[in-house]
Amino acid sequence: MVLAGLRLLHTDEPNALPHEHIVGTPVPRKEGLDKVTGRARYVDDIALPGMLYGQTVRSTIPRGRIREIRYGSGVDWTEYVIVTAKDIPGRNVVALILDDQPCLADGVVNHPEEPILLLAHPDRHQLSRAAEAIEITYDPLPAIFSIEESERQSEVIWGTDNVFKSFLVEKGSLEGIWERAAHVVEGEYSTGAQEQLYIENNGMIGAYDEEAGVTVWGSLQCPYYVHKALMAVFALPEEKVRVVQMETGGAFGGKEEYPSMIAAHAGLLAMKAKRSVKIVYDRLEDMAATTKRHPSRTRHRTAVDANGIILGGEIDITMDGGAYATLSSVVLSRGTIHAGGPYYWPNVTIRSKAVATNAPPQGAFRGFGAPQTLFAMERHIEHIAEVVGISPVEIRKRNFLKPGMTTTTDQLIRENIDLEELLDHALELSQYRDKKQRFTQQNERANVKKGMGIAAFLHGAGFTGSGERYLNSLVGVEALADGTVRVLVSSAEFGQGTNTVLCQIAAEALNIPYDRVTIAQPDTSVVPNSGPTVASRTAMIVGNLVRSAAVGLAQTLEASCGLSRSFTYEEFRQACRKHIEEHGQLKSLSRYEAPPGIFWDDQKYRGEAYAAFAWAIYVAEVSIDLTTYSVSVDDFVALQEIGKVLHPRLAEGQIAGGVAQAIGFALYEKVVWQMGRMQNHQMTNYIMPTSADLPPIRVFFKELGNVHGAYGAKGIGELPMDGPAPAIVNAIQDALGIPFDYIPLLPEDIYQRLAIQSPAPVVEG
Amino acid sequence: MALIPETAKQTIELRVNGLPRSVLVRPMERLLDVLRHELGLTGAKEGCGEGECGSCSVLLDGQLVNSCLVPIAQAHGSSVLTIEGLTADKRLHPLQQAFLSCNGAQCGICTPGMILAAVHLLNKHPEPTLAEIREGLSGNLCRCTGYSQIFEAIRQAANPGASE
Repeated sequence: MVLAGLRLLHTDEPNALPHEHIVGTPVPRKEGLDKVTGRARYVDDIALPGMLYGQTVRSTIPRGRIREIRYGSGVDWTEYVIVTAKDIPGRNVVALILDDQPCLADGVVNHPEEPILLLAHPDRHQLSRAAEAIEITYDPLPAIFSIEESERQSEVIWGTDNVFKSFLVEKGSLEGIWERAAHVVEGEYSTGAQEQLYIENNGMIGAYDEEAGVTVWGSLQCPYYVHKALMAVFALPEEKVRVVQMETGGAFGGKEEYPSMIAAHAGLLAMKAKRSVKIVYDRLEDMAATTKRHPSRTRHRTAVDANGIILGGEIDITMDGGAYATLSSVVLSRGTIHAGGPYYWPNVTIRSKAVATNAPPQGAFRGFGAPQTLFAMERHIEHIAEVVGISPVEIRKRNFLKPGMTTTTDQLIRENIDLEELLDHALELSQYRDKKQRFTQQNERANVKKGMGIAAFLHGAGFTGSGERYLNSLVGVEALADGTVRVLVSSAEFGQGTNTVLCQIAAEALNIPYDRVTIAQPDTSVVPNSGPTVASRTAMIVGNLVRSAAVGLAQTLEASCGLSRSFTYEEFRQACRKHIEEHGQLKSLSRYEAPPGIFWDDQKYRGEAYAAFAWAIYVAEVSIDLTTYSVSVDDFVALQEIGKVLHPRLAEGQIAGGVAQAIGFALYEKVVWQMGRMQNHQMTNYIMPTSADLPPIRVFFKELGNVHGAYGAKGIGELPMDGPAPAIVNAIQDALGIPFDYIPLLPEDIYQRLAIQSPAPVVEG
Repeated sequence: MALIPETAKQTIELRVNGLPRSVLVRPMERLLDVLRHELGLTGAKEGCGEGECGSCSVLLDGQLVNSCLVPIAQAHGSSVLTIEGLTADKRLHPLQQAFLSCNGAQCGICTPGMILAAVHLLNKHPEPTLAEIREGLSGNLCRCTGYSQIFEAIRQAANPGASE
């Protein structure tokens, strides 16, 4: 068996660089040595002198009024620091977008696991016993748990209609298209919640000082999100709030918004205790209480002509946001914009909404709404192919976006992307046609049925529409007297390679050795706000700012010390020392400027949604054992165009890891809900793929180069989450001839469908 | 957080990374907690506390164990190897080197346990097949890599001369 390998197919526009490249080479991961030796410090590895341990006491019911909190006997409560909503000096909110989520429930609870009070004690072993001795009684209120219940509004639990946010995208007109259509194809598709399942649970240490204010050290993606949330909770000015990111053991979106909550809790306990307090969740608490991927339901109604060309259609999307708004509006936005897939829709109406249920709020997870709507699109296009009577390959080729066409939001495709060619490459790499033909013949007699499936998709890099303008990111590059250069960003490393790639870019831009560049630990008292580490924006947006700050630094040295344009490293080092002796420091800052000609209408949801799209074709080969009904993915080809590949090994790792996570999304990872609470909130019964479950994931890149990103790089982190699930379910349909339109798809689901359709076929041999 | 029975503390003697250590702890305290809290060896991580994820893996008398499931009393008189012990002579173990060069560590939280599982695997199968690698690591979960680059690292460490 061949292990995954990286092939750079070809480069259409090689980036001409004046010297030996650092960008594009597999330099060592900056923090790699610390990680392989066990020296890397995660929040739970830190103990401050006199530190207490904190625990959260949570709601046990989905919705109701808190009647009474009783501190039971058998516990010496004087030993405990207890914090309730009344101890909050500022606003009782987790500040994010709508500020509707309380930091601690005050009088009412709206979901199971909602934080109500906090305990701290010097002995971490005592805490859970004390938490169990607290008895909270409620006057329960009726609760709702599904998209359908929320839509019916039998109970209104949020706002006036249970709707956090809705969007309407209209392109062209649907008038008359249903009459003109040779076929009208309808379908409904749904996806389940998914737990990010970073292996490091959430955790935070808080400290409080009357003079210095509040400081937190923790596992997080977005230092300045936490910073903003703490300013609100503590009513402190920005200089009295300090957020430090520790080494972070995986995040995947799961540490985008919830760390703000934990940071506030640790800080509140520390303020009351007058000692530092550590809160580290165990796995049960982390899975039960923190955010997951939004469950979704997408309906398509599409008019196509006799050749399968899309004339127009309606797409209706609903996402379940849980009890508070958190990030649902932006997750929905990305899902809405990606709903049309990589296809040309001359006319389309997309209606989408995120609705409230009495479950813990759903949140950011790699892909951010796009995996849900792209699953629907890539299943639906297969249905269209079937109805029209053409192949899955042909239906896609006839409808692919091409340069000069516009997306559903009327964004003009300027890039020289050729999706037909990309698809042909992927078919070749996966031996799609040969295998498909062979499997079709073998399946007739085999008890293990095999199939091939395709997914074609795109993923927009960076914040949507005007988002990057609002973020207004600032990046610094600082030279020190010893000639080393330090990158100053709030962009966090949590496995994806931020540290390495940003240092590569700075080294490349300055033409100095990679090992002379370091990156500051994200600490809001040290680094400027380069925005959150989300939305596949770091390499492209922040990377470009690092590049421009680095260029600015060299220009400063040129002006101040007469550094020549083609300097040696020794000349650079001396110039740095001279400049710092004379001026004290040498720092260059760079602020985001929107690329020219970008137009976005927030009201109509029209225009340039993203500065760049990454494009991909994935092919899955699966087999289904009709004795056990289990599905195995036997081979997986992931071919993508992500612009310049800044670091081939890191990029390959990002793709392979994303594909693995998406295989889990498709086939293994089922959140079992009961009354808004996750029942299987442990690794024993929430199953993610192990090393024994995964196929060889073969990763391939094609480089086109993108003018916006650093050295032509586009976003990469989220893309691989979008395609695998539909590719796999399409392959299952190819093998069994049965369409499944929901995920996760477990053996029992397949069994049930086959058993209902016909007695399970028993074939000898 | 694990509930530890309120029994009296006892002195437990064991060898950790080649050095004799003595700790005064409750006998049912988890080996993981003793390593992390008593001995300051924080390389072993707690991912799940129930022996599913393997990020607390260490070698106990040469056997791969989840240190979150081992009561310290069971380690009395035993020899424990943690990630910190792999670099005792300041030189990286070939597996650490291979994890570095193959990008086998992304977020790094599973890495110490994964490397110890790989040490155990290579002790058992010095030149493992892919099937043996997949099986040998199946008790150690990684959410970042999809495992491919970890497999590559193990093959490289097992057979450093072989070309890709």
